[in-house]
Amino acid sequence: MRRTLFEGLTHRPMTEAPPRLDDEVLGELASQVDRAARRRLGRSLSIREVDAGSCNGCELEINALNNAFYDLERFGLRFVASPRHADILLVTGPVTKNMREALERTYRATPDPKWVVAVGDCAVDGGIFSGSYAVTGGVSNVVPVDLHIRGCPPAPTEILKGLIALLDAQRADRP
Amino acid sequence: MPAIIDAIAGKRIEDHRPWPRLVVTPDTWRKIANEIAAGRATLLGLWGEAGAFCTVHMAFIEQDSDAIAVVSLECPDQTFPSVGALHPPAIRLERAIHSLYGLRPAGAPDARPWLDLGFWDVKYPLGLRASAADVRPTYAFLPVEGESLHQIPVGPVHAGIIEPGHFRFTASGETVVRLEARLGYVHKGIESLMAGATIERAAQLAARTSGDSTVAYGIAFAHAVEAALQVKAPPRAQYLRALMAELERLANHFGDIGAICNDASFALMHAHCSILREMVLRAAAACFGHRLMMDRVVPGGVATDLRLDGVASLKDALKHFRRRFPRLVELYDNTASLQDRTASTGIVGAELAQQFGASGYVGRASGRDFDARKTPGYAPYHELEFDVPVLTAGDVNARVWVRIREVEQSLALIEQIIERLPSGPIAIALEGGAGEGLGFAESFRGDVLVAARLDGARIVRCHLRDPSWFQWPLLEAAIEGNIVADFPLCNKSFNCSYSGHDL
Repeated sequence: MRRTLFEGLTHRPMTEAPPRLDDEVLGELASQVDRAARRRLGRSLSIREVDAGSCNGCELEINALNNAFYDLERFGLRFVASPRHADILLVTGPVTKNMREALERTYRATPDPKWVVAVGDCAVDGGIFSGSYAVTGGVSNVVPVDLHIRGCPPAPTEILKGLIALLDAQRADRP
Repeated sequence: MPAIIDAIAGKRIEDHRPWPRLVVTPDTWRKIANEIAAGRATLLGLWGEAGAFCTVHMAFIEQDSDAIAVVSLECPDQTFPSVGALHPPAIRLERAIHSLYGLRPAGAPDARPWLDLGFWDVKYPLGLRASAADVRPTYAFLPVEGESLHQIPVGPVHAGIIEPGHFRFTASGETVVRLEARLGYVHKGIESLMAGATIERAAQLAARTSGDSTVAYGIAFAHAVEAALQVKAPPRAQYLRALMAELERLANHFGDIGAICNDASFALMHAHCSILREMVLRAAAACFGHRLMMDRVVPGGVATDLRLDGVASLKDALKHFRRRFPRLVELYDNTASLQDRTASTGIVGAELAQQFGASGYVGRASGRDFDARKTPGYAPYHELEFDVPVLTAGDVNARVWVRIREVEQSLALIEQIIERLPSGPIAIALEGGAGEGLGFAESFRGDVLVAARLDGARIVRCHLRDPSWFQWPLLEAAIEGNIVADFPLCNKSFNCSYSGHDL
């Protein structure tokens, strides 16, 4: 263990560089999130993830945001265990009828101001699952959605981009 | 010799492939259930179907001969002899048949609904169809009796970035006396969407049954359709499918080995394993254009050929894994505080694993060596060298070690596949046709079974059985007598699919 820990001190981090000129996408995102998040909510923004019927593909990619390559927390964004600690609900899946009530209750448990981000193609309108007796057909049928992030599943970078777009929109709304 | 199957008196369905399907009488149905209960055969699946008559199907594999068959029983009076009454692993499957079709398993020990949580507008949506009750019926969890017991309800919304399900713990102090899961929250009605779908759309649905096993589902579905239509994917496609399947296995095992350690509060392993997982996904994207390789396996072959620049990045990643992974294994093995949490925690006995026909690392950590790549086996694995690691301790530690050994096997398999990859076409065009097919694939979690019936270019009926069906009940057995705080650890070491189970 000692060797692994020491290596962590001496080797370059895996984390893809925040603002680095040659790293267009992620570098640009890093500085943007930082600025926008600070202006809106001080130093941090808490996210509560709710799986409302996804195939678990979106969960895999959302989880990936925590790995060393994306290191979500350096942007001041972090996942929390309770909706009561959250600013953003990140909702996946076509919202099955069996999850509708749980999603509504999670939404109500989240304090204002709050935003809802629907992640994945099926969260937009039910996607490939629309028409089934068992799905409501999209997150916006159940709770108000501020932003949709498309993809099946969206790659971690896409999810990150979406979160920034939301922050920018909120910033523009303010007088 | 397939002794049980040979002895079945029943009408053989001619266009069911590659294994026989026989329409049987209730007596024969009971006889097969008895054979399974006696351990002479293992239950592979149990599902319903609507039609002129509602029908129930039961797939099994014989213990001695590894012969596979499906028996079907028509249910003109909407009832069938319960298999669960003789063989507990069938209970939830039968409850699901009742909730989805309205067919009643006569003599069943548990009549409570399954998957139907009372939120649908329609009752028995795939079969008899009736209006749902106005008032949602209450669900009675199994009773628990004893001094000073308390209950802890958890879910459906959990604390992490994971799928939803409800767990009802009854504890005495810190010790779990009983865990009962209630699942169905992510039921999407996939089998209803399958009916009437084109092969192409049905393949996309199959690929989204459980996102972490999208490649395996793609392969199992393709095997079923190809069997029904009596075609075979070209050799290059078979090798590319295997390459994707092994990448999927690697990614999941890396991710889960780390996540299990994380649930024992050992974040260092998690951090390093997440890096390896990300590298697999990036290599997959470089090779096939999608990180999870979704929709890359299609009936008839594969949708995209291996990209040349992808091979180079895959080889780089393999080199990195060969260097880094042994170090992480050593770290796991030499950290006493971590071993203290995983060793002797959440034990599944060998008998239970055998009875439930548990596959994947859950079965293999408890002495059951079943692997669909070997039995019944499918191309190209018969041309590749690999071992199926089996351990007997049955605890969290054993499940971790099986995964570690499987990582090593998958690395070797990927190297063989790259070396031996045949040239040629990557797919054949499918002409429609009528027929029925059964297909298997070994996902990282265990064997996926798909049964499909086709008419023309459309799916008439398709059933998808996730390995989790036979693993979820074992989780309840594994946690008994352990402390509540060890549940996340046990649960992660199983990592059953909610979506694959709920359909």
